Amino acid sequence: MRISTSAADTMEGYNFAYLDEHTKRMIRRAILKAIAIPGYQVPFGSREMPLPYGWGTGGIQVTAAIIGPDDVLKVIDQGSDDTTNAVNIRRFFARTTGVKTTERTGEATIIQTRHRIPETPLRDGQIIVYQVPIPEMLRWLEPREAETRKMHALGEYGAMHVKLYEDIAHHGHIAATYDYPVIVNERYLMRPSPIPKFDNPKMHMNPALQLFGAGREKRIYAVPPYTAVRSLDFEDHPFETQRWEHACELCGATDSFLDEVIMDDRGKRMFVCSDSDYCLARREKQQPAVA
Amino acid sequence: MMTETPLLEIQNLGYRYGQRAACVDISFDLFPGEVLAVVGESGSGKTTLLRCISGQLRPDTGQVLFQTRASETVDVWAISESARRWLTRTDWGFVHQNPRDGLRADVSAGANIGERLMAIGARHYGNIREEATAWMNKVELDTARIDESPSAFSGGMQQRLQIARNLVSRPRLVFMDEPTAGLDVSVQARLLDLLRGLACDLGLAAVIVTHDLAVARLLAHRTLVMNAGRVVEAGLTDQVLDDPQHPYTQLLVSSALPA
Repeated sequence: MRISTSAADTMEGYNFAYLDEHTKRMIRRAILKAIAIPGYQVPFGSREMPLPYGWGTGGIQVTAAIIGPDDVLKVIDQGSDDTTNAVNIRRFFARTTGVKTTERTGEATIIQTRHRIPETPLRDGQIIVYQVPIPEMLRWLEPREAETRKMHALGEYGAMHVKLYEDIAHHGHIAATYDYPVIVNERYLMRPSPIPKFDNPKMHMNPALQLFGAGREKRIYAVPPYTAVRSLDFEDHPFETQRWEHACELCGATDSFLDEVIMDDRGKRMFVCSDSDYCLARREKQQPAVA
Repeated sequence: MMTETPLLEIQNLGYRYGQRAACVDISFDLFPGEVLAVVGESGSGKTTLLRCISGQLRPDTGQVLFQTRASETVDVWAISESARRWLTRTDWGFVHQNPRDGLRADVSAGANIGERLMAIGARHYGNIREEATAWMNKVELDTARIDESPSAFSGGMQQRLQIARNLVSRPRLVFMDEPTAGLDVSVQARLLDLLRGLACDLGLAAVIVTHDLAVARLLAHRTLVMNAGRVVEAGLTDQVLDDPQHPYTQLLVSSALPA
C-alpha cells in the first residue's frame, strides 16, 4: 500500500506518519491479531521513536500504523487537548502526515489518549488509541514473564483479587482509582492503562475500536467494538466509580470527571472538567456569544 | 484401616540431573490420613522426590497417581498442566522450609490466607475474611494481626501462617519440606504439636521431608529412609527408628544426638 501526502507543511524526507511501510505493516498485523483475541497482549517490534519512552511511544506507533490521509486526529493528555504531551503528539502527526487535526471528540476519526476516555460518547467507526506504560496487570503479583503468560493462557486470574482484598482490608473500600483491572470478553485480564476507574464503564460495549500500545514493553492489545469489559470486584464490595460533591465550576457538569485545581497557596481550589473539549462545548452551548 | 485405595501411588519414580541420579526407582503408597516421613542426609534426593510427586518437577521415569476428591485416579504427570495446577491449589498443599518461599510478603496475613480461596473462585470479601480469621485461630495466631504483613511476624508465626494459607482450601494431601528447620527448639515443638493436631483433626495425609528424626518420630506413621537416591528402608516409624535394619539407617539413628 502506498500513501502519499500532498499537504505543503509536512516534513521532507520522512515517510507518511514517520514509520516506514514495512514497520507499519508489522504493527497492523499485531493489531489485527489483538482485535481477533480481545484483551490478549500481542508482542510487536517496537521502534525507537523521536521521543522518550513513557511519553506515548506505543500509542504513537499504533496511530502511525492506522492513520490515513483522510483521518481526523484528536490527541488528549489527562482529558485535555492543550497539555504538552497532547500538543507535541498532535503536531508530530500534523507534520509527518498532513492530516486534519481537531479538538472536537465528535469530529475525530482517531483519538490518541493518555489517561482518559472522552466524556462525549464515542461512535461507530471511531478508533481510540491508548498510551500504555505497563501492559501486564499480573506483574505486581508475579514478576516472572513466563509465569504471567502461563496464567493468562490458563485463565488463572483468581489471585488478582488479592490486590482488591488488600485495599478493602486497609481502607475499608477498593481504593484503587486508576489502572483498575478488567476482564475483556469474559476471558483475558487486561490493564486499561492509567485511565481513572471512572472511565472503566465506558469501555464496556463501546461502539468504537479501542487499541492499546505499550512502546517500551512492546505489546499491543485491543478491545473490538461492542465487547464486554467487566471491572473486577467482590460480591459484597461491588465496583464503583468516583463521585464528586461538586459540579464543574466552569460548565456546571455533574456527570464528568473533575480535576481539582489549586488556585493559590492559601488552599483555594476549584473543580473543573478534565475533558477540556467537553467542558468548552457545554459552555458554548450555554452562552453562544462567548465562543 | 487400610482397606481403601491409596491416595497417592508412586511407581518406579526416577529423576536424573544429567549423569547424576537423584531418585532411583522409588515406589510407595500413601493412604488417606497417613503421614509419611522421608528422612535421609542432605543430598540423598529427598527434596527432588518431593518436587517430583508434588507436580513441580517432571520425573524422567515412573508414575505419580493421585486419587482426587471425586474418587478418580489421575496420573499427575499425564493430565493437562491446567488440571495439575488446579490440584496444587485445591487438593494439595505445599509447606516450604523457608516461609518466605511460601508466603506473599507484600500483602497482609489475611490476604495470604485468602489467596487460595480467591484463586478457586471465592468472590465474597466478608466470607473470605471470616475464613481467614478462623484459620488464624486454628494455627494459634492472634487474629488482631490479620492486616499485618508477614514480615512483621516471627519465624514461627510465619511458618504457622504458611500452614494456614495451605490448609484453607481443605487439601487432602500436604507436602512439607523441612517444615521445622530454621526454628528454635521451643517453637519447633509448638509447631509439631500444632501439625499433629491438625493432621489428626482434618484427616490430612502428608509427606514430610526432614533430616530431623525427631520430627519423623513425632509426626509420621511410616518412614522412608533415603540414601544416594534410593529408598534403603521403609516401614512403621517406630520400627525403623528403634530397630533399623539397613546399615545406613543404623548410622543415621546412631548419629542423632540424644534429646
